[in-house]
Amino acid sequence: MTRTIVGTGGRGDSPLPPVLDADETDEPESAPAFIESDRFGALAPEAPRPEELPPGSAASSAVFGPGGPRGPGGPEGPGGEGGPAVPAGEGARRGAWWRAERLMPRVMHGVAFIPLVALAFIVVALLIKALPAIRVNGFKFFTTSVWNQGNFYAPLTSTHGVPHPPGADYGALDLIVGTVESSFIALALAIPIGVGTALIVVEKLPQRLSNGVGFFLEVLAGIPSVIFGLWGYLTFGPWLSHHLAPIANRIPDVPVLRFFRGPTGGGQGLLTTSLILTLMILPILAATTRDLLRQVPRPTVEGAVALGMTDSESMRTVTLRWIRSGVIGASVLGLGRALGETMAVAMVSGVILGRTAPTIWSSMNTIAAAIVTQLDAAFTDASGFAVRTLAELAIVLFAITLVANIGARMLVRKVSGTALPVGRGV
Amino acid sequence: MVVVSASAEAPGARRAPVTAAQLHLTRRRFWNRAVWAGCVLALALVVTPVVWIVAGILAKALPHWHWGTLTTTSTANGGGLLNAVVGTFVIVGGVAVIGGAIGICGGIHLAEYTAEGKGGILRGASEVLSGVPSIVMGYVGYLALVVGLFKWGFSLAAALVVLSILVIPYITKSTEVAIRNVPTAYREGAEALGMRSGYALRKVVLRPALPGIATGVIVAMAIALGETAPLLYTAEWSNTLPKAQLTHSPVGYLTYPVYQVVNTTQPSVVQWAYSAALLLIVLVILLIVVARVIVSRTQRHAPERQHAAR
Repeated sequence: MTRTIVGTGGRGDSPLPPVLDADETDEPESAPAFIESDRFGALAPEAPRPEELPPGSAASSAVFGPGGPRGPGGPEGPGGEGGPAVPAGEGARRGAWWRAERLMPRVMHGVAFIPLVALAFIVVALLIKALPAIRVNGFKFFTTSVWNQGNFYAPLTSTHGVPHPPGADYGALDLIVGTVESSFIALALAIPIGVGTALIVVEKLPQRLSNGVGFFLEVLAGIPSVIFGLWGYLTFGPWLSHHLAPIANRIPDVPVLRFFRGPTGGGQGLLTTSLILTLMILPILAATTRDLLRQVPRPTVEGAVALGMTDSESMRTVTLRWIRSGVIGASVLGLGRALGETMAVAMVSGVILGRTAPTIWSSMNTIAAAIVTQLDAAFTDASGFAVRTLAELAIVLFAITLVANIGARMLVRKVSGTALPVGRGV
Repeated sequence: MVVVSASAEAPGARRAPVTAAQLHLTRRRFWNRAVWAGCVLALALVVTPVVWIVAGILAKALPHWHWGTLTTTSTANGGGLLNAVVGTFVIVGGVAVIGGAIGICGGIHLAEYTAEGKGGILRGASEVLSGVPSIVMGYVGYLALVVGLFKWGFSLAAALVVLSILVIPYITKSTEVAIRNVPTAYREGAEALGMRSGYALRKVVLRPALPGIATGVIVAMAIALGETAPLLYTAEWSNTLPKAQLTHSPVGYLTYPVYQVVNTTQPSVVQWAYSAALLLIVLVILLIVVARVIVSRTQRHAPERQHAAR
């Protein structure tokens, strides 16, 4: 499935021929009408008949010229749109706005703006909802790790004119750190695995087997995130904590390694989350890299081999360098997906609020998971301040993923013109 | 590798002292093998989890599977899944129609009526939209459609709008790519025959692009099938069959039961969740197979594309 989405490169990419311009849609249809009424009209169907032009006008000299239908007296010329030269019925038929020939391009043009409108709507709606919370929470929202909805039973207090329960205190540092941390661990694991898979699929495996691997990648991309969550929550997490506990307890208690040491608990935490995220972004990386590898010109690689390089050397020096920008772009897209992943994280991270994870085994939380798990609790805040704070969180998440996505595209455009895939990986 | 093994020493030279060049060769041979071994490991790390997840879900779901699940509706702690299956079909079908129509129109516009270098803001918006996390969209959908501006309540309409906007960028992109891949000669031929551009678009350009467009719609359906986060606060959940009304009526869907395992340890609910997971996996694999059949059938008819596959 990925192959059809990835890459706009290829033969068909040349700019469209001008013959398909929307302006010229009705030419051939109107031609027969002129043949009936006027012999010259057939030669220049869009132009008015000479006797109806003001003497000496520019169009009258162009009507019979070699410029033909696209001369100055074309669709925009005098009388071009249902002018006096055209029989009334024909003019109505040709010019009616509701004719599919004229209507559809406009409808499509309008419809093409829907993503833009939706995007603007999302940003504006979030900002309107979140502005009071942004003012009250202030900058400490980004420097503290605390989640306290306040005392719902006391009378509301007001800060900067925004009512909220007394004691309400929010800081999202732990959520931001958790989001970035888990996503980067996932990316660091997914890049080598994805690129390695793509390399062996393209370079070594026969066609039939590589199709099979493609199927596995598509299934991996297509599995709903709740199923990753279910598997991570009931199968993988417990398995991981059970089998890695002896190792985790034996790791020495020194500064960096301390991060990997400690009780493994029930299997919900940073490591499980990162590994599940790794699986979820693998298809994007592997499939994109595979499709990019297939576009590397064969003679380039053959030249490297002819110079006496081993397979892996030619791969490192030629093939991978050729597709580098595409792989970087796919990685950042994968990062974007990991940053925004919600359900699987909500199920396997152990959604804890108010502290960053001290070890790789401890429970953590991400922004997306916090939004989905805290919304029910936020409704109980009669002042609506908790919902506003969640909107602020959503803006932070939106901004982080936006930076990742735009960064990916700018990076790739700078390095080369490789087209980026769009996709949650399928 | 061929070159290196060809330069291996002859049998008679075994006793000769190991030169620096030979050492160098040995090292290169070792690294070559190590790299490919790493790639095999990577492949194993992709294939194993897929098998593990699918087999694990099947092993947990199948022993307790009974067909009554498909004919009864849900209860407070488990029960059947008829309401969720019907709800999922309604949602996925609705998204395929609404998102498909809008996405295909947008894609045609970008491919046919917008030059490659233009329309930057439309393409950019589409790309940014595809990167917006689904929970953010669901949250905005909740704020704007369910309670705020429109006050539709938990409803099918809110779910359809949010999911359609979620999938439109994918359909737009695949439509645009599919149309741009139609050879220019096709359009020139159509123009030479005097076809109106709309007619040429329908009969000549869209036809070879259709498989690509269909694949895009199928991807969108797979996304709609698997989404949970935007549905939790737009469609919410209902234990009964979906009513024939667009607003003020919550809808059930298959991913909701799977999420419920985190809230309870009741065996009946866990079983219910595994049954839903089984249905989801079956549906996803079905969609993938359909898409692959479409792609392979068209590749058979397009010999000029086969040079790309090796």
